[in-house]
Amino acid sequence: MKRTFGEKLFDGLNVTILLLLSACILIPLLHVLAGSLSSSYALTHSMVKIWPVELNFKNYEMVLQNPLFWNSLKITVIVVLIGTTINLALTSVSAYPLSKPDLRGRKIIMLFILFTMIFNAPIIPTYLVVKSLGMMNTIWSLIIPTGISAFNLILCITFFRNLPSELFDSAKVDGLSEYGMVWRIAVPLSMPIMVTLLLFYAVGHWNNYYMPLLYVTDMDLRTLQLYLYSLIAQNNTNDAMAGSGGMDLVNISPQGLQMATVVTATIPIAIVYPFLQRHFIKGALLGSVKG
Amino acid sequence: MATPHVTLKAGKFRRESFTRYVSRNHPLYVMLIPCILFFIVFKYVPIMGSIIAFQDYKIFEGILKSEWVGFKWFEQLFSYPQFTRLIGNTLLISFYQLIFSFPAPIILAVLLNEIRSSGFKRTIQTIVYLPHFLSWTIIFGFVYMLLSPQTGMINGLIADMGFEKIHFLQNNEYIRSIIVGSGVWKEMGWSSIIFLAAIAGINPSLYEAARIDGASRWKQFLHVTFPGVLAAVVILLLLKIGHLLDLGFEQIYIFLTPANFSVADVLDTYTYRIGIKNGQYSLTTAIGFFKSIIGFSLLVVANRMSKWLTGEGLY
Repeated sequence: MKRTFGEKLFDGLNVTILLLLSACILIPLLHVLAGSLSSSYALTHSMVKIWPVELNFKNYEMVLQNPLFWNSLKITVIVVLIGTTINLALTSVSAYPLSKPDLRGRKIIMLFILFTMIFNAPIIPTYLVVKSLGMMNTIWSLIIPTGISAFNLILCITFFRNLPSELFDSAKVDGLSEYGMVWRIAVPLSMPIMVTLLLFYAVGHWNNYYMPLLYVTDMDLRTLQLYLYSLIAQNNTNDAMAGSGGMDLVNISPQGLQMATVVTATIPIAIVYPFLQRHFIKGALLGSVKG
Repeated sequence: MATPHVTLKAGKFRRESFTRYVSRNHPLYVMLIPCILFFIVFKYVPIMGSIIAFQDYKIFEGILKSEWVGFKWFEQLFSYPQFTRLIGNTLLISFYQLIFSFPAPIILAVLLNEIRSSGFKRTIQTIVYLPHFLSWTIIFGFVYMLLSPQTGMINGLIADMGFEKIHFLQNNEYIRSIIVGSGVWKEMGWSSIIFLAAIAGINPSLYEAARIDGASRWKQFLHVTFPGVLAAVVILLLLKIGHLLDLGFEQIYIFLTPANFSVADVLDTYTYRIGIKNGQYSLTTAIGFFKSIIGFSLLVVANRMSKWLTGEGLY
C-alpha cells in the first residue's frame, strides 16, 4: 500500500519520539555509570556527561572494601532467598485448593481474599501487629508480613484452573494424595507462572525499603535499600567510607562513591533483567486478563 | 446411558453434607490454613485494629484497656492547620499524577502499536520496561545525581550555556514536578503493557474493514484502536480514583526533607513520621481511617458515574 505524505511524517515523528523517550531513560543510567568511573576532579567540576572522564576504578575499590556494604548485601540476599521461597510455597499451596471449581466454601474464601485488595490494612495497626508478634528487628519482619500477595495468588489460581482436570483425576486413581498433586503435578506443569511469581516476589523483596524502614533499627540488619537510603537521601557518606583505613583518598569524592554504590546495587537487576524479560511480559499479561 | 440403578436413586439424591465433604477432602482445607491465617493476622487484624482511631491507645495497655475517646482524634485532625496542608499536598500531587502519569502509558502503547518494525519495537520496549525493576532509592540516586549542582549533568549543561545553576532538589517550586516526573519515568513503560495487550486483543478484521472503507491511519485509530482500549482505560481510571489519597509512600518519602515538608508532605508520609517515629498511634490511625472512607466513597461514586457515561464499571 502506498503511504501518503502525512503517514510518512507521522511515522518519522513517532520513531523520533520513541527514540527520545529511550534516551531519557538511558541517559540518567549512563550519567551515573560515567560518574562512578571518573576522577573526582572531573566529577566535581561538572565535566562528566555520559562518558567517563579520566577513567579509574577507585570508587569501586572503596565500595567493595566496605564491610557495611557487604553486610547489607548479605542481609538482602538472605531476605530475598528465604522470602521468595516462602512466598512461592504459600502461594502455590493455597492456590491449588482454590483452583478446584467445586470446592465447598470457595466463594467465601475468595471474597475474604479479594476484600483485602480493596481495603488495605493501615500502616499503624499493621506495625503494631508485627511489633506484638515480637518480629521487630528480625529478618522475619521483612519476610512474614508479605507472605502472600492477593494479586499473585489470583494469578496462580487462574493458571492452575486451566490445567486439564483429567491429569489430576488419573493421578488420584494412581493413588497420589492431594498434597502430592501440588508438588508432582500442579507446580511442575505451571513453570511460566512460577517463574513470573518468582520474579515479582524476588524483585519486591530486593527493592523494598519501606518495610526495613518500619521494622529494622538494628544497623547489622540493614538491607541494601536501607543502606542506599542513608547513603544518598540522608547523605550519610561516613558509612560508605568505613573500612577505608590506609586507602589513598585522592580521586574519591562523596558523589563518586554514591554513584559507584548505586551502580553496584543495580548490577544484579541488570544481569537478570534480559533473561527474565520473556517471562515477565507473559506474567503481566496474565495479570491483565484477570486484573 | 442411565442404568435403572441410578434412575431409582435419583429421587432420593442429595448433596452430601458439608461436614462430610470437608472430612472427605480435608487435605484441601489443611492446605488453606496457612493462607487464611496469614490474611487474618496481617490484613484483617490490622483492619479491625483501626478502632484505635477511636481510643486513646497506649502501647502498654493494648486495645482492650485503652480509653475510648470517640471522635476526639478526628476533631483534632480537622482543626489542625497542618491537616489542610497535608490534604492539599496529597490532592495536588494526586491530581498531577492523574494528568501526567495516567495518560502517558496509553499514549506510549498507541505510539508503539503504530511501529511496523518489530525489532525496533522490541528494543524500545526492553528499554522502557527497565526502570520498573529499579528501587525508589536507586531512582532517587539517579535524580539526585542528574540534578546535583556540583556534579549533575543537567546543571553542567545549564552552566555550559552560560546560565546560573539551579538547586532543583532544594527548591520547593520543582519538587512536586520531580516526584511526578520520576514516577512517569519509572512506571510509564511497565503500565503500557496492559494497554498494548488491550490493543492486541482487537479483532484484526475491524482494521481490514476500516481500510476497505478507505479509513486513513488516523481514522483507524479513532474508530477502531481508541474504542478498543477504552474499556481498559476506564477500569484503570476507576481504580486510580479509588486510590486517590494513596500516592505511594516509597516514592514520596525518599524525596522528603524538612525543607520541603510544606509542599511535599502527604498523608502517608506524615503518618509514618508522626505515627511510627513519634508514637502517635491513635491520631495517625484516624488519618488511615479517613483515607479508607474517602477512597471507598470515591470508588463507588466514580463507578456509578462511569456506568452512567460509558456502561463500563468495576462491579
